[in-house]
Amino acid sequence: MVTQETPAGSGNQRTRYLKIENITKKFGDFVALQDISLDIYKGEFICFLGPSGCGKTTLLRAIAGLDIQTSGRIEQGGKDISNLPAAERNFGIVFQSYALFPNLTVSKNVGYGLVNRRMGKAAIGERVAELLDLVGLSDQGSKYPAQLSGGEQQRVALARALATSPGLLLLDEPLSALDAKVRVFLRQEIKALHRRLGVTTIMVTHDQEEALTMADRIVVMNQGTIEQVGTPIEIYRNPMNRCVGDFVGIMNCLSGVVTGAASVRVGAMEFDCANGVGGLTEGQAVTVCLRPEEIAVRGVASGGANSFEARISRLEFLGSFYRATLEAERLGDMKITADFSINEVRDLTLDEGATIQIALPGEHIRIFAEA
Amino acid sequence: MTEGVTTLSAAAPLARPILSRDDWIMRWGMLVLGVWLSVAVVLPLYTLLSKGLEDHAGRFVGLANFAEFFATPVLFNSIYNSLTIAIISTVITITLAFVYAYALTRSCMPGKGIFKGIAMVPILAPSLLPAISLVYLFGNQGMIKGVLMGETIYGPIGIVMGEVFWTFPHALIIIITALSMADARLYEAAESLGTSKLRTFFTVTLPGARYGVISACFVVFTLVITDFGVPKVIGGQYNVLATDVYKQVIGQQNFQMGAVVGMVLLVPAVLAFIADRIIQRKQVALISARAVPYHPKPKTRFDMAMMGFCCVVGFMILGIIAVDAFASFIQLWPYNLTLTLYNYDFDLRDGGGWASYRNSIVMASYTAVIGTVIIFAGAYLVEKIRGFTVIRSLVQFMCIIPLAVPGLVLGLAYIFFFNHPDNPLEFVYGTMAILVICTVTHFYTVSHLTATTALKQMDPEFEAVSMSLKVPFYKTFWRVTVPVCVPAILDISIYLFVNAMTTVSAVVFIYSADTTLASVAVLNMDDAGEVASAAAMGMMIVCTSAGVRVLHALLTRGIARASQAWRVR
Repeated sequence: MVTQETPAGSGNQRTRYLKIENITKKFGDFVALQDISLDIYKGEFICFLGPSGCGKTTLLRAIAGLDIQTSGRIEQGGKDISNLPAAERNFGIVFQSYALFPNLTVSKNVGYGLVNRRMGKAAIGERVAELLDLVGLSDQGSKYPAQLSGGEQQRVALARALATSPGLLLLDEPLSALDAKVRVFLRQEIKALHRRLGVTTIMVTHDQEEALTMADRIVVMNQGTIEQVGTPIEIYRNPMNRCVGDFVGIMNCLSGVVTGAASVRVGAMEFDCANGVGGLTEGQAVTVCLRPEEIAVRGVASGGANSFEARISRLEFLGSFYRATLEAERLGDMKITADFSINEVRDLTLDEGATIQIALPGEHIRIFAEA
Repeated sequence: MTEGVTTLSAAAPLARPILSRDDWIMRWGMLVLGVWLSVAVVLPLYTLLSKGLEDHAGRFVGLANFAEFFATPVLFNSIYNSLTIAIISTVITITLAFVYAYALTRSCMPGKGIFKGIAMVPILAPSLLPAISLVYLFGNQGMIKGVLMGETIYGPIGIVMGEVFWTFPHALIIIITALSMADARLYEAAESLGTSKLRTFFTVTLPGARYGVISACFVVFTLVITDFGVPKVIGGQYNVLATDVYKQVIGQQNFQMGAVVGMVLLVPAVLAFIADRIIQRKQVALISARAVPYHPKPKTRFDMAMMGFCCVVGFMILGIIAVDAFASFIQLWPYNLTLTLYNYDFDLRDGGGWASYRNSIVMASYTAVIGTVIIFAGAYLVEKIRGFTVIRSLVQFMCIIPLAVPGLVLGLAYIFFFNHPDNPLEFVYGTMAILVICTVTHFYTVSHLTATTALKQMDPEFEAVSMSLKVPFYKTFWRVTVPVCVPAILDISIYLFVNAMTTVSAVVFIYSADTTLASVAVLNMDDAGEVASAAAMGMMIVCTSAGVRVLHALLTRGIARASQAWRVR
C-alpha cells in the first residue's frame, strides 16, 4: 500500500516515531477521516496537503488528542497514545490564529508552559532568552503580542510551542494568515529551525507551494482519505492519480482512448507514451495528463514524435514566464495550457494568434483510467 | 483507496478516550452549576405550577383554581387591562426610542453623549419612582393637573406614562445597537441611484434595523406586562395581572389564586420570549465583515429638528426625576413648601427606615460579587467543556429560563419552594441569602449572555495551547481569560448591582422584618401615605446607582488605560 512506503532516498534505517493505524473519525453521519494509516519517522518534516474539508486538520487534531478519533490506534515513540487526553501527550502546537495570550508579554507567552514545570525563575529566564534568540526576537521580549507584526507573532507562537522541548511539533496552517512575502520568509525560517532542532514536525497546509518547498514527505489528502504519500519530487513528477496531479501544480487533462501498449489517441492525434499505459486494455477511456512546463516548443520539427500544430489563443504574462492557452484543430475542443519561458517567447516571437509547432514529450505523459 | 482497506477498519479498535484531570474538574463544576440552577430556577417554578393545582389544604384539585379565575370577572378583566397597557406602552416607547436612537446614530447634532446619558437615567430608579412623580404632577393636588383636562392620572393614563418612562432606556439600547450596524455602502448605492431620502429610509434603514426594533418591542412588552411598581402606585382601581398577584398573596393570603394569576402572567412573558428567540435566530450576520461603517453628514435643519426632539424627551426624563427630588425636600406638598431634610429621616416612618437602605447596599454588593462569580464561571464552563453534551445543553437551557420568568412569579415560586416545611433548604427563608439567590437568578440570563459573548470573542485555541503546554485550564482561566474579560465582568457586576438596588417585584414576597430593602421601603411608605419619604428613599436609590455607575465608568477607563498596551480595539 502507498502509505506504508518508507521515505524515498533513505537507504539508512530511520526510526519510526508516529504510527497511525486505521484512524476513522466521524462527526455524526459525516465521515471526516476514513481508515487512515501512516508512519512518520523521527526528525521528518511532514506536510498534510489537501483542499479544505479533506480531513487534514481533523487528522492533526486526532494526533494531538484535541479531537480524539472514533476508531483506530496512534502510537508515538512506541507508546500507545490512542486514548490519552491532549494534556498527557507530548507535542507542541502552533495555530493559524497564533493563539497568543494577549495580556501576557512575549517572554511570558514563551515561558507559559515552563512556569508549570517547577523550574527556577532564572532557568526559565534563560530558556526563554534562548528561544527568543532562536526565532530572532531577542529584543522583543517585553512587548505584547498586539505590538508585533503577524510574522513576529507567529514566531513567538513557534517559540512557545518549542519551549517545553516536545517530541512532536504540530503546525496547523501556520502561514495562512500572513501576506505573501512574510510567508515565503517564514517558510525558510521554519525549515531552518527544523534542520537545527531535528524535531519531528507535521504541518497542515492547503498551499501546495508551501508543501513542495518545506516537506520531506507530503501526504496528499482528499475527502477523508490519503491519496498519496511521497517526497515533493515524487508527488509532482509521479502523481498516483489525476486528483493529486490536479491539486499539486497545474495539469493538462485530456480525454483519450488506449490504442496500444504504449499509445493513446486524443482527438485525431495518436500519442506515444514512453511510460506505457499502465496495463490498461485497448479501447479503455483514459485521462492523458501533462504538466504545462513540459510542452516543447523549441526545435520541434513538423512530423516529429507527438508533434502537431497549435494556435496561441491567449498569452498571459506571469512575471518570470508566460502561460499560453493553445488550441489545435487535431484535438477538437480540448485546450492545452503551456508555460513558455521568457526566452522562448522572445526567440520564437510567440504572440497571441500565432500558429506554432508543439510536441507533448512521451516520457512526461501520464495516463490514468477514466473513473 | 483500494477495496481491501474497508475490511481492515472493522478490526480497528474503537477509541475510548481517557478523561484528563481538567475534564473531571469541569464536569464536576458543570454538575454543581446544574444543581444550583435546579434549586434556584427549576424546582421553585415546578412547586409554583403544582401549587396552582391544589386547594387551600394542599389537596390536588386539577384545574379548579383556573376555572375559578376565569369565572371571576374582576380577575379575568385584568388580562384585558394588562394587554391594553402593554400594547399602548410598547407602541409609544418604541416610537420615541426609535426617533431618539435615530438622532443619536444618524444625525450630527451636538451633545450626543449627554443625551445618551440622560436617556439612561430611568434605569437607575425603581419603577415606583416615576409613578410617585406622576402623582405629584398630575394627581389630585398635582402641580400641572390641568394638562389632563379632567381625566384622572390614577388609572391607565398614569400607568402608561410611568411605563414609558421606565422602559425607554431598555428599548433605546437595543435600537441604538441595531441602527449603529449600518453599511455605508448601501447608502452610497441608494444615493448614486438617485433614491429619495424617504425611500432610502424605508428600503435600507428600516429593514436593517427591523430585528432590533422587533426585539425591543418584545422586551418592552414583557417589562410592562410583568411590572408591578407603576400600577401599584398609580393604578387606582384599574387592575392588572401584576397587581392582582400581589393583592392575592399579600392582601388576601390566597396563595393558590396567586399562583394561578402568576401562571397566567407567565404565559405572555414566555410567548414573547419564544417569539424573540425565533426571530433572533433568523438574524444571522446581517452585516458582513467588509461593511463600511456609516458616518452621518451634517444637515443643519435635520440635525436641529433631531436635537429639538431629544431636548423635549430629555427634559421630560429629567423632569420626572427632578419632581421626585423636589418632593423629597419639601415639608408638605402643596400646603407647606419649606425645604427640609425631614423626609429623609426614614427611621421615623413605617416601612423600613435607614436599615432597609443599608440592607439594600449589602444585598446589592453580595449579588454583584457572588452573582458575577457564579455567572461568569458558569458561562465559561458551558462554553469550554469538552463532551458531556447532554448535561451541557440542559444547563445551558436552565441559564436562559430566568429571562422568561417575571420577577413576581419568581418571588412567589420562592415562597412556595423555600417556605415548605419539608424542604431541607428552608433555613435560608427570611435571610439575606434568599434575597441574594433570588436576585442573582432574576437577572441571570442577561449577565450570562454578556459573559458568553465576551468568551466567544476569545481565540478558541487558548485551551488547546494550554493543554499542549500541560497547564491546567483553571490557571489559564485565571491568568488569561479573566484579565481579557475584565470589561465584561465589570459590566455584569454593575448590571447586577443596579438591578439589585432597584428591583421590587421578586423580593417583595421574600423579604423579612430583618431584611427590608430600600426599594420595598419605597413601596411600603407610599402605601402608608408617607409619599414624600417614599420619594426620598427613591432618590437615595437613584443617587446610589448613579454613584456606582460613575465609579464603574472611572474603573473601566482606568483599566482601559492600564491595558491599552495589549488590548486590541
